[in-house]
Amino acid sequence: MSYFAILITYVFISNLILAQFLGLCPFIGVSKNVESAVGMGFAVTFVMSIASLVTWALYHFILLPLGLTYLQTIVFILTIASLVQLVEMVVQKYSPVLYKALGIYLPLITTNCAVMGIALINIQSGYNVLESFTAGIAAGIGFLLAIVLMSAIRVQMETEKVPRFLKGAPIAFISGGLMAMAFMAFDKALLNNLVG
Amino acid sequence: MDQVLRIFWGFLSTVLFGGLLGTGLAIASRKLKVEKDETVEALEGAFPGLNCGACGYAGCGSYAEAVAAGTDEDLTKCKPGGADTLEQVGSIMGVEVDTNAARMVARVHCIGGSEEAVRSFNYQGISDCTAATVLFNGDKACKYGCLGLGSCAGVCPVNAISKTDNGLVVVDQDLCISCGKCVDICPTGVMRMIPESADFIVACNSRDKGKDTKANCKVGCIGCRICEKKFPDAGYKVEDNLSFLSYDSKDPGRAEAAAKCPAKCIIPNKVKAEEASNAG
Repeated sequence: MSYFAILITYVFISNLILAQFLGLCPFIGVSKNVESAVGMGFAVTFVMSIASLVTWALYHFILLPLGLTYLQTIVFILTIASLVQLVEMVVQKYSPVLYKALGIYLPLITTNCAVMGIALINIQSGYNVLESFTAGIAAGIGFLLAIVLMSAIRVQMETEKVPRFLKGAPIAFISGGLMAMAFMAFDKALLNNLVG
Repeated sequence: MDQVLRIFWGFLSTVLFGGLLGTGLAIASRKLKVEKDETVEALEGAFPGLNCGACGYAGCGSYAEAVAAGTDEDLTKCKPGGADTLEQVGSIMGVEVDTNAARMVARVHCIGGSEEAVRSFNYQGISDCTAATVLFNGDKACKYGCLGLGSCAGVCPVNAISKTDNGLVVVDQDLCISCGKCVDICPTGVMRMIPESADFIVACNSRDKGKDTKANCKVGCIGCRICEKKFPDAGYKVEDNLSFLSYDSKDPGRAEAAAKCPAKCIIPNKVKAEEASNAG
């Protein structure tokens, strides 16, 4: 699969949130305003691309030779969680500006299932290292796109008259569902048309 | 046996791997430790650490940062800390801080309990004053009084507010940290801040005309101006059919005015500790 195809696949067709329903907690939790949604989106993109690389290396250089592939889920959880912690420390030490922008979101991603999801999908799809990295970035961009769109909708909704029993999370889930239906327009046929 | 070995190896390698990562993180956290500003740390130690938000910042930490960085020159914003905190903050920053600023406490300005105040309907909704206010300004005929459902008690960070048996709430002034959250959430505005040293309060919040107040509540201020006219130096002032007491001066006339008040709604301020703890 070409890198462009991977990009289109994970941003639009198999969007982690809107098509695969992974990582819904930050999608609902941090989408109350556009600013924090953008911060969260970039933090997730950042972590996903690094996590894709690290888990690919871990799987191919350690788990596969040792015949421990059945441990991949639990080992990936450990790796991603520690990786995020480490990245947080490094960022805090060397780039206070970046830490201010991303820092508060990083701990929230330690156990995010979207990050875990893209790591496992990479292995299952048999990507090589660069394809995994591309998939990681693409999935992150897909997440960014979804959460920013969602936050814009929610900001708009603040001023609308919403029935009281639907206020907050319920109406957010309903609009998220409608958005997911809209994203169903992107399917495999689109990819075939684009890359032939 | 093979299966057991497999489980064992799986267990062992996961433990090893986890241990390795954990140790790595521990070392990294030592090496990459960020030195915090000493002033900020000292200030954080001086503040009570309640993160109540009374200062207008997100928490004690952000206020400490603002003070240390010099972006906020008002050092007296931490009300909950009281004189001790002010003194410490002053010595850390090397500035004289006026520690005599009167401590303010919250007080419910209403004594119209279930026996004194008339109810216009029987409210059976959720126990939340704002919810009750949405329904015809609450179940009390007087729309200014304390609804007693305890929204204020819910937001009080130190649990100083409790409900009483007669349908009101009471603030334990020894516990109150003057954060003002109860004042903000109270939909009727019956919760107000007064100096802790206040001797008397006008325990009514009704702006209705005297006749209406009298019909709604046995202990409501009817705006008769007896307190204002007979004791002009005591600090009473009637506005909007309600007597307000200013605490700028101390005058013995206040006690006599309290005795003369026809509605008997001028009462001594001090809520006895045992009364507060028995309540609710």
